[in-house]
Amino acid sequence: MYGLIHSIDTFSTLDGPGIRTVIFMQGCHLRCQYCHNPDTWAIQSNNAKRYRVNELMQIILRSKPYFANQQGGITFSGGEPLLQTDFIRSVLENCQTNGIHTALDSSLYVKTSLLKKVLPYTNLFLADIKHFDSDKSHKLTGLPNDLNLANLRLLSAAYIPIWIRYVVVPGLTDDKTDVIKLANFIKSLNSVERIDLLPYHTLGVHKWDILAYQYELDQVLPPSAEDIKSIQNIIANITNIKVYANI
Amino acid sequence: MLAWADFNLGKWTHDIDVRDFIQKNYVPYTGEADFLTSASKKTKLLWEKCQSLLKEEIAHKGVLSVDADSPINITSHPPGYIAPDLEVIVGLQTDTALKRAINIYGGLRHSKQATEAYDYKLNPDLEEFFLKHRRTHNDGVFAAYTPEMKLARKVGIITGLPDSYGRGRIIGDYRRVALYGVDRLIKAKKYDLSMINNEMNIDKIRLREELFDQITALEELKTMAGSYGYDISQPAKNAKEAVQWLYFGFLAAIKEQNGAAMSIGRISTFLDIYIERDLYKGLITEEEAQELIDQLVIKLRLVRHLRTPAYSEIFAGDPNWITEAIGGVGIDGRTLVTKNSFRFLNTLTNLGPAPEPNMTVLWSQNLPPNFINYVARLSIETSAIQYENDDLMREYFGDDYGIACCVSAMRLGKETQYFGARCNLAKLLLYALNGGIDELTGQQVGAKTPIYEEELLDYDKVIERFNIQMDWLAKLYVNTMNIIHYMHDKYAYERIELALHDSNLTKFMAFGIAGLSVVADSLSAIKYARVKVVKNEAGIITDFITEGDFPKFGNDDNRVDLIGVKLVETFLHKCQNYSTYKNAIHTLSILTITSNVMYGKHTGTTPDGRKKGEPLAPGANPLHGREEHGAIAACNSVAKLPYSKAKDGISFTFSIVPNALGTSDTERVDNLVALLKGYFAQDAHHININVFNLDTLKDAIEHPEEYPDLTIRVSGYAVHFIKLSREHQEEIIARTFYQTM
Repeated sequence: MYGLIHSIDTFSTLDGPGIRTVIFMQGCHLRCQYCHNPDTWAIQSNNAKRYRVNELMQIILRSKPYFANQQGGITFSGGEPLLQTDFIRSVLENCQTNGIHTALDSSLYVKTSLLKKVLPYTNLFLADIKHFDSDKSHKLTGLPNDLNLANLRLLSAAYIPIWIRYVVVPGLTDDKTDVIKLANFIKSLNSVERIDLLPYHTLGVHKWDILAYQYELDQVLPPSAEDIKSIQNIIANITNIKVYANI
Repeated sequence: MLAWADFNLGKWTHDIDVRDFIQKNYVPYTGEADFLTSASKKTKLLWEKCQSLLKEEIAHKGVLSVDADSPINITSHPPGYIAPDLEVIVGLQTDTALKRAINIYGGLRHSKQATEAYDYKLNPDLEEFFLKHRRTHNDGVFAAYTPEMKLARKVGIITGLPDSYGRGRIIGDYRRVALYGVDRLIKAKKYDLSMINNEMNIDKIRLREELFDQITALEELKTMAGSYGYDISQPAKNAKEAVQWLYFGFLAAIKEQNGAAMSIGRISTFLDIYIERDLYKGLITEEEAQELIDQLVIKLRLVRHLRTPAYSEIFAGDPNWITEAIGGVGIDGRTLVTKNSFRFLNTLTNLGPAPEPNMTVLWSQNLPPNFINYVARLSIETSAIQYENDDLMREYFGDDYGIACCVSAMRLGKETQYFGARCNLAKLLLYALNGGIDELTGQQVGAKTPIYEEELLDYDKVIERFNIQMDWLAKLYVNTMNIIHYMHDKYAYERIELALHDSNLTKFMAFGIAGLSVVADSLSAIKYARVKVVKNEAGIITDFITEGDFPKFGNDDNRVDLIGVKLVETFLHKCQNYSTYKNAIHTLSILTITSNVMYGKHTGTTPDGRKKGEPLAPGANPLHGREEHGAIAACNSVAKLPYSKAKDGISFTFSIVPNALGTSDTERVDNLVALLKGYFAQDAHHININVFNLDTLKDAIEHPEEYPDLTIRVSGYAVHFIKLSREHQEEIIARTFYQTM
């Protein structure tokens, strides 16, 4: 069994607790307007590399000395890792056997049956909420958000730890009413441990050009520190959960 | 004896044995940093005064003033003070702070060039005297150099050699001055001298002369201290005297020698014993204890030598490598961390970050967690700390070693080294292809073989030719070093530093290599991709066409990493084929200081795709931009390089933007600790940690006056960023800074 992998970063501190080996899977069915990794969209790509489970495990195990005190581990990201469920399930299972903490960074815009396959082997979900309003989600990502919300409720019901990630894009996702609704939804979940606000940035825009995709947010500027701060406060006040913002 | 009252006695009382004294008397500290105090009022006022002098120095092309008339030695200059009422610890190299002296024994030419570079003129009487009556080290070396050696030096295949400046890397055991007093040290040396009384062969005669010189230097040390009003013939009786006595020992060394690296050793835990005794007796307060260390560190920050611009090109930023090794664990398993380890590091907070002294934390997985967290936090705040693997070095050097320069371990007072800078292996690989013809000058420099005949490079054939050139270089390198160190002993012998060693020493001869990652990548390209050569009109290979991808050093890929490992082993073995001056043991370092920029300038295009003139990577670093799998993969590649074959040290510089280390302060500390633990668990040797925003560095280039304290770690040492040349600054900015996407 092979996984198609866009790239591997052996040192991330932002994709779960501790030092993470992040495996960016190739392929995504969403078309988020702000995506900074559009090169991971295509299901097949010449730039991606095929790995067998044991090949990937060898790479992951090389980082084990850095996963100190139960902190640190692996994070599948993408692309949408759940499009290659069988492969990642096998790797996640292998990691747990080796005592390595596992995390999955997913849009959760996938069929619940796929999610259920990896559930037993995933210690932590880094779950996106693209937009709480389904129509706006459709405009932003190409799909409505019903699966996203249903899957979050499933994780919550199973008490699996969740870190919510929310990209703040001025004019698109920073509407106060939407943010309040979002916060109330998060509050209703059982197992959200933290919330990360990701300020929209333009570092990936050049990739759109290279791929000859039409970038539609070229008039949008990154949010100001004050905007982020105010959203941070709104969500923190409603949810009573720690809200981080890496500005 | 009153001075030793309350100390646990042992064999240190009848032998010169500082380690035994430490082991029997120190108290490990596992608590938190909350006992630390801020700088005393006196220290603050004194440091303010120093800071304005330092500012003035920067404004004067980096050199405040030069004494071009009095060649410096231990007693050459009258006592100097900055502000006598504020100075708790006294002693300057010359009569005023930051005034640089001429050290002519190292090299007359060097002194002349260095004075002229700063618009001074070497006293003509001195020039005449040294020309006519007293040969200097530099002239001695050039009298004996062969034409081949001069050429190798000129084209830059071997450079940075200590043939015109002090070799340094010799760490006097300055603690001996405090523990025993100078009279006892003289007595021991006189005894050693008297015991060499049988057959008089060359070695014995020379040792007798050296011991005689050492005794003279110890007498001069007493005289110098006497000029400051201190009688240091007897042991120090309290903490203040211990710091002062020890510093006088060090001061004598930096007066007598302008060695490139003049480490202070491993003094903090030694001094802790005196401080603890005084604290226990209620003789001093914690604030006074901190004051002693702050004031000692102020003195160390003011050490200055007069250098030439050519020297600064190799060792950028006016460094002195006053390296202090802090922490570690003893062979009995107790940590050597004491409260004074904290106090020493606390100077970075009390006085602000600075490159000197070169704070080196001896890392062990068994260091107290409180200490680890404190250090990691300070590292993130100041970028002024380097880490070296005590668990690795202890096996070879015990638990009372110091670090000379950046990464070179040696047992204090028992081992020393003959410093040998480094050779350029990247350039040597081009010699292998060009039959020993220099790719830039067209001269025949290396071993003469045919220029590579075919268009496509074959790995095995290239390796065969590379071996021929490595044999040629190893022989030339060892021979050159033998001449240099023979002459250094003859004309610029380090009397006081060696007086603070045992008389019978183990010596290392430290060879070094630059360009390791470039060579590994180049060989990997030849092996795994298709590399075709491009020749110029003279038939010399000056460029390459590479088709296909190849594994690159820094990605934890054994296919290329093991090429690097093999290179290190091979080159050491080749050096070992040739005998050394005074039967020194061959060692090897993978360390470039800042010379990777200069070496790159002197190296043509290499098969890995690096263009002519571009810098090599510093130390054992992967070439920037080659790391495709992030920092851990890079750490893992470097960790594979075998310390047992490179015991002079393997330097790795790690730079990261704060956000990439974590979101909160606590996370950053935890993640840095996890990184260090994982890296060192794999027997890696050394790491520099820099935590910076690139924008800060860019802004500092444009507005240097706003960043007087901005400290950054380069290969094995730290520098004030604004004191680097533009070229070096840009090289640092171009390097891989791990950041978030």
